[in-house]
Amino acid sequence: MSKPAALVQWIDERFPLTATVKAHLSEYYAPKNFNFWYYFGSLALLVLVIQILSGIFLTMHYKADAASAFASVEYIMRDVPWGWLVRYIHSTGASMFFIVVYLHMFRGLLYGSYRKPRELLWIFGMLIYLCLMAEAFFGYLLPWGQMSYWGAQVIVNLFGAVPFVGEDLAVWIRGDYVVSDATLNRFFAFHVIAIPLVLLGLVAAHLVALHEVGSNNPDGIDIKKKKDPKTGIPLDGIPFHPYYTVKDIVGVVVFLMVFSIIIFFMPEVGGYFLEYNNFIPADPMKTPPHIAPVWYFTPYYAMLRAVPAMFGSQFPGVIVMGAAVVIFFLLPWLDRGKVRSIRYRGPLFKTALAVFAVSFVILGWLGVQPTDFLGKVGELETATLLARIFTVIYFLFFLAMPWYTSIDKEQPEPARVTG
Amino acid sequence: MSQNPAPDGSKRRLLLGATSVVGALGAAFVATPFLTSMAPSARARAAGAPVEVDISKLEPGMMVTVEWRGRPVWIIHRTKEMLDALPGASDKVADPQSSQPLQPEYAKNATRSIKADIAVLVGICTHLGCSPSAKMMIGPDSGLGADWPGGFYCPCHGSKFDLAGRVFKGMPAPVNLTVPPHTYFTDTRLLVGEDKKGA
Repeated sequence: MSKPAALVQWIDERFPLTATVKAHLSEYYAPKNFNFWYYFGSLALLVLVIQILSGIFLTMHYKADAASAFASVEYIMRDVPWGWLVRYIHSTGASMFFIVVYLHMFRGLLYGSYRKPRELLWIFGMLIYLCLMAEAFFGYLLPWGQMSYWGAQVIVNLFGAVPFVGEDLAVWIRGDYVVSDATLNRFFAFHVIAIPLVLLGLVAAHLVALHEVGSNNPDGIDIKKKKDPKTGIPLDGIPFHPYYTVKDIVGVVVFLMVFSIIIFFMPEVGGYFLEYNNFIPADPMKTPPHIAPVWYFTPYYAMLRAVPAMFGSQFPGVIVMGAAVVIFFLLPWLDRGKVRSIRYRGPLFKTALAVFAVSFVILGWLGVQPTDFLGKVGELETATLLARIFTVIYFLFFLAMPWYTSIDKEQPEPARVTG
Repeated sequence: MSQNPAPDGSKRRLLLGATSVVGALGAAFVATPFLTSMAPSARARAAGAPVEVDISKLEPGMMVTVEWRGRPVWIIHRTKEMLDALPGASDKVADPQSSQPLQPEYAKNATRSIKADIAVLVGICTHLGCSPSAKMMIGPDSGLGADWPGGFYCPCHGSKFDLAGRVFKGMPAPVNLTVPPHTYFTDTRLLVGEDKKGA
């Protein structure tokens, strides 16, 4: 026996190294017809690694103290060797994370990847999305700029809108009567340790669930139904390694090219990845004239603004915003279609999904703008009216789903994947 | 040696239940100091001390912002025109009589103040905590329409308030701006954050 083989055997007798590699890579059979949309899962994993690594190096120079936080970020940008690069990698990575995850989620909608038996896989994924939103929110306070400060002020006050206990809850979250040094310090703790730990656990659960039920594919059919009678390997399955590891490397290279172009040539992306107001230190006495969250939160923010106060409380708007996220969890049970993939769905689902995607983008666009940027229709601001219309459409996609998916004219699925 | 008797299932369940309850109680006790440690510290609570303001140099039509409990507090010296515009706005605001308890009893009146011309307001929008911008001009010069009585406009979500801090109808903000507890030592020395002693 050669020396490396002997070493592997020594390990295998003490730890299931070969067995694990086989189960999850070289003998994990994925459908052979993965397309472009299937890049984003592995890319999300890549961005997670990028964020953790760049984040570790940022904590070596960053100061979580209201008096010095803003200056310490500028110090990283100007005085720390290559600090600007590490910081831009981290800030760009945050936005890229959401781009990749939104595309990954849209893939799930396209090919019905949330359907039985992948409900838990979908729920773990949604929990990852929630964690990601929390992670982004906590991280956004750390540069202690005007947008950091007032964004946190608005979001924490969302909890203040909860009836009866709201005000106490908001004070408990901030650790003070306003967003202050205490808030910054604890958000730092959440951002660098608490949420990342939960996130890693959820990613592990997401992968374990995926490898238990097997990957879906663009045809939405179960490849485990047609197996080679001798080997028991799915006829339409290919080992993840080397086939998809190599395919994913192509995705990684293209992704890193885009990533580098942003970092080196346009790290602020016109105020969308890094907002201009955040280059002004936080001032608790003065709100910037126009505040908007970073782009990845704006669809929900537009919904929040669209709902008027009712019964002397802004809680209804908060409920609508929360429901817009939570309703994704119910998707596996709202969809009554017989086929999974968009390829064999009927015209109703295709239209509904297209309208939903457009609404999401328009809500995101409205959320970036001030409410009065389109003038008024009668008493009401046009932008608010539009936001209300698209909020209704957003919810109809989910709430009407049991109806339109059950009467839709679907086509039969093929027996084998079509390539 | 005799054989072990079969395990007593109900006894096991009882013991399992009892240890679980005790364990959960213990976990709740241990969690308490951690969760409570997130409440405002003694230092944060002490920072809520009242603030004294000299308003002798505050000209009519001007406002000054002071910090109390980390929040902006506006002190506005309203002109006669500003005061005259207030009753006209009463049918456009959501709570003209200040029936919501957002002001001390001594400021529950038409001008929401102790002295008619001096308004003291917490400059934090009751919607989601932004600080509204002052739009003190009356009428079209304010950019908010010919019938604008002077007041405040929140840049975050578009809520509007008049110069008594009353919110207009149909705004995201559900209630009027808060009037903090305050008292006058003399005509021009104001204490924000504390009621009159013995009042």
